[in-house]
Amino acid sequence: MAEVVLETVGLTMRFGGVVASDNVDFKLRAGELRCLIGPNGAGKSTFFKCVTGLLTPTGGQVFMRGHETTGWNPHQVAALGVGIKTQVPNLMDGLDVFENIWMAARRFLPMQDAMRKTTEVIERLALGPIARTELGRLAHGERQRVELGLVVAGDPWLVLLDEPAAGMSADDVERMSDIIREMTRTAAVVIVEHDMQFIRSIANTVTVFHQGAVLMEDHVDRVMADLTVRNVYLGKKA
Amino acid sequence: MASFWAKEVPATILVAALLMWVMPMMIGTYTLTVLVIYGMLGFSLGLIWGFGGILCFGQAAFFGLGAYTYAIAAINIGDSTIPMLLAVLVPAVFAALLGAMMFYGRLTDVYLGVITLVVTLILFKFINSTAGPEYVIGKARLGGFNGIPGFQTLNVPGQPNDYIYGDPYYYFCAILLLIVYLLVSWLLKSSFGRVAVGIRENEVRVALMGYDVRARKTVLFAAGAAIAGLAGALFANWGEIVTPNLFSLGQSAEIIIWCIVGGLGTRIGPIVGAAGLAYLKFLLGQQSMIDNTLLTGIILVLFVLFLPKGLVPAIASLWRISFGRRRKLPRHGARRIRNGGVGNG
Repeated sequence: MAEVVLETVGLTMRFGGVVASDNVDFKLRAGELRCLIGPNGAGKSTFFKCVTGLLTPTGGQVFMRGHETTGWNPHQVAALGVGIKTQVPNLMDGLDVFENIWMAARRFLPMQDAMRKTTEVIERLALGPIARTELGRLAHGERQRVELGLVVAGDPWLVLLDEPAAGMSADDVERMSDIIREMTRTAAVVIVEHDMQFIRSIANTVTVFHQGAVLMEDHVDRVMADLTVRNVYLGKKA
Repeated sequence: MASFWAKEVPATILVAALLMWVMPMMIGTYTLTVLVIYGMLGFSLGLIWGFGGILCFGQAAFFGLGAYTYAIAAINIGDSTIPMLLAVLVPAVFAALLGAMMFYGRLTDVYLGVITLVVTLILFKFINSTAGPEYVIGKARLGGFNGIPGFQTLNVPGQPNDYIYGDPYYYFCAILLLIVYLLVSWLLKSSFGRVAVGIRENEVRVALMGYDVRARKTVLFAAGAAIAGLAGALFANWGEIVTPNLFSLGQSAEIIIWCIVGGLGTRIGPIVGAAGLAYLKFLLGQQSMIDNTLLTGIILVLFVLFLPKGLVPAIASLWRISFGRRRKLPRHGARRIRNGGVGNG
């Protein structure tokens, strides 16, 4: 079996009396692509934020390739070689596409190599025509694609994406799926997502969150067919 | 980088040399010197605010700290060379400590403004209350609200009796400003500077790429303080006295106004804003019809309303519209200007 690249043990996050993430045990192996699903408020994003360091969990531990990363800052997590895309688009709006991607590449590469890498990523993601346009002027789909470019440019071995397909057109989603599939050749990928169409097209194993805890973890088809999951999504009592 | 050394550096030096030569024909070098010094002070805030997104309400604190460091060290040492270096170093170290405290404590925006403002106030109050004879550093009395007069002014290194003053001092200040300008230009072209601009644009994103934002902001903040400290030392030499007013809130506010009026996010803007407004203040100081502060306030309001990006960016875009049509522009920019051009005939 492949190496475990991401593991959480009893990960818990409380906000006052609310337990947003409840004792989550999670394991991801190299080369895997995993989708996290669940209704609103299920704790997917909280889990995601605890793993990436945007939040410090109140209990439990996070391990990445054997390092314990519990309570690390996001930049320390990212510096390990973890590519992160948050739910809210996080881009440098006043800078152009090239500069955005260059900055991601430059973190891990010397000057000349970073330039080469940037050109390569721009070509791979078909961003050529807008390479010199400021991010603030781009359409939503294009911005999402650039943000994936930032993730790719760092050559990560673990990729964490929070709702990459949100608000995108069918064409854009299609292109995004291709990019993500390509990522899985070199990295393990975790995707928090709502779009079932998208999940079906891309995932094998799905982890379902409900009320902060993991409800089930199985192949996408079995999860979709499961009565409890359906009820949770429709808001019925399981 | 190649075009920076081949084109920008020679061009900057040429323009600066021309200005250095032409300006004394219009304005006396004594006044001009202080305009250059204020230019450097404005530039220091322009760097950290315009390119690092750090709005510091206490840039005057570093300016005053530089001036006081110079005065105290000059009295104790008697030669100006080491005091000049100390005047750069002390504010930089102070800012590094203060910055580390703020940035590692994840303070942002308005809290940063409040803290830097309060630090300035504390320094102002403290220095003001040091009139008693017990406040002595080495041979130098701090002097409270009277300030410190009579220290050794700038001399040729190693020759304490060979003073640099008058016209040579003006050229000395102007050349220092040019050097600082070139150093900052180089810094902004480097990876560090480009990432700093990234931090200004989106701190979270830069952290998620794996950059230590806190450390980088601290370094930039210290660099800004070093420049402000140098300006302070030059000011001390020019005025031949340092007083607590250097730390005053009015001074801090003025620096911010210089940056806004001149144009934030440009290198030359804060320098132009500082020198321009300081000269205006100097001219207005010679009459008593209009109140000085009132006019500065009106200018600020007018700029915020009509030229929110500041003078230099406004002139630059005017220049592009008038002369730059054939230049290759980014996709959207080109289209917009072409449309605008039709309307103008």
